[in-house]
Amino acid sequence: MIGFWILAPIMVLAAVSMLFVRKAVHSALLLAVVMISLAVLYAIQDAPFLFAVQIIVYTGAILMLFLFVLMLVGVDASDSIVETIKGQRVFAIAVGLVFGVVLTLGVAQVSVGTVTGLATANDGGNVPAIAKILFTKYVFAFETTSALLITAAIGAMVLAHRERFGPKKTQADLAAQRMRDYADSGKHLGPLPPPGVFARHNAVDTPALLPDGTAAPGSISRVLAARGTVKNAPELATDVARLTDDEEDDA
Amino acid sequence: MDATPFIVLSAILFTIGAVGVLVRRNAIVVFMCIELMLNASNLALITFSRANGNLDGQIAAFFVMVVAAAEVVVGLAIIMTIFRTRRSASVDDASLLKY
Repeated sequence: MIGFWILAPIMVLAAVSMLFVRKAVHSALLLAVVMISLAVLYAIQDAPFLFAVQIIVYTGAILMLFLFVLMLVGVDASDSIVETIKGQRVFAIAVGLVFGVVLTLGVAQVSVGTVTGLATANDGGNVPAIAKILFTKYVFAFETTSALLITAAIGAMVLAHRERFGPKKTQADLAAQRMRDYADSGKHLGPLPPPGVFARHNAVDTPALLPDGTAAPGSISRVLAARGTVKNAPELATDVARLTDDEEDDA
Repeated sequence: MDATPFIVLSAILFTIGAVGVLVRRNAIVVFMCIELMLNASNLALITFSRANGNLDGQIAAFFVMVVAAAEVVVGLAIIMTIFRTRRSASVDDASLLKY
């Protein structure tokens, strides 16, 4: 029971902060905290098989899939603050609070009776006991899940598959497109300027500087700009000025 | 070991998940909140399994996990398809059926 009282506040805290953090990646990590704590609670409650399944399926497979899709979709895809339905957020929180209080109080009032415990049911091990009823009483449901899993796999492949409209672009096509862009809108023909121009901070998050000292647009990856982790080039330029001053002093 | 605290914790987690589905706008976070609700119900199932001295609850929780895995695969594929066509993962942007 000590384990429960340690884990329960952590889980509730992590779940609540899941609602408030702005970045979806942080939400996913907080969900991982909740899920691992739940796995421990399963282990406390004589369910070692579900403890393992929770760790492998939920924190291993499902959360990994979430993070994978988050990276594909773009980490910058954060929530919009604009409400489409006026007052929806306040109303949702109020209804949620009422629902939570009613559910919690109602459930706390109910007497579960004396806890029997799984000592007799788990006789001879939890996994053999589960296997015994899974492959006798629930064998039809178990076989049906295989159909469900195959359907899900095919569904995911169909949804994620993209038909190619039109032929694949070859290098010659790309070069011709580049020339056309130059003729139409005067877009620069050559490659984009490389980032990172300072010897002491030579990194892709530093924009290249143009001759007039301003940052060159296009020298920074779009993703970094969207995340807002671009280093400020003029800030580094003051460091450079200090370095050159030192050199002059030495001379 | 009393069963009520576990049930209450499960109720609280379920409520948090439900509020999250209503409040958040990012489709992926909404999805994570659904997972939280499924997990909360799993905790209740396992607690009742222990309270009744019967493994049927654990089997039910196991099936919930299987269905959740299938649901996540299809759901995330749908979110990716929507993102590919609209360049956005916000649930407010997918409102074409309204018009």
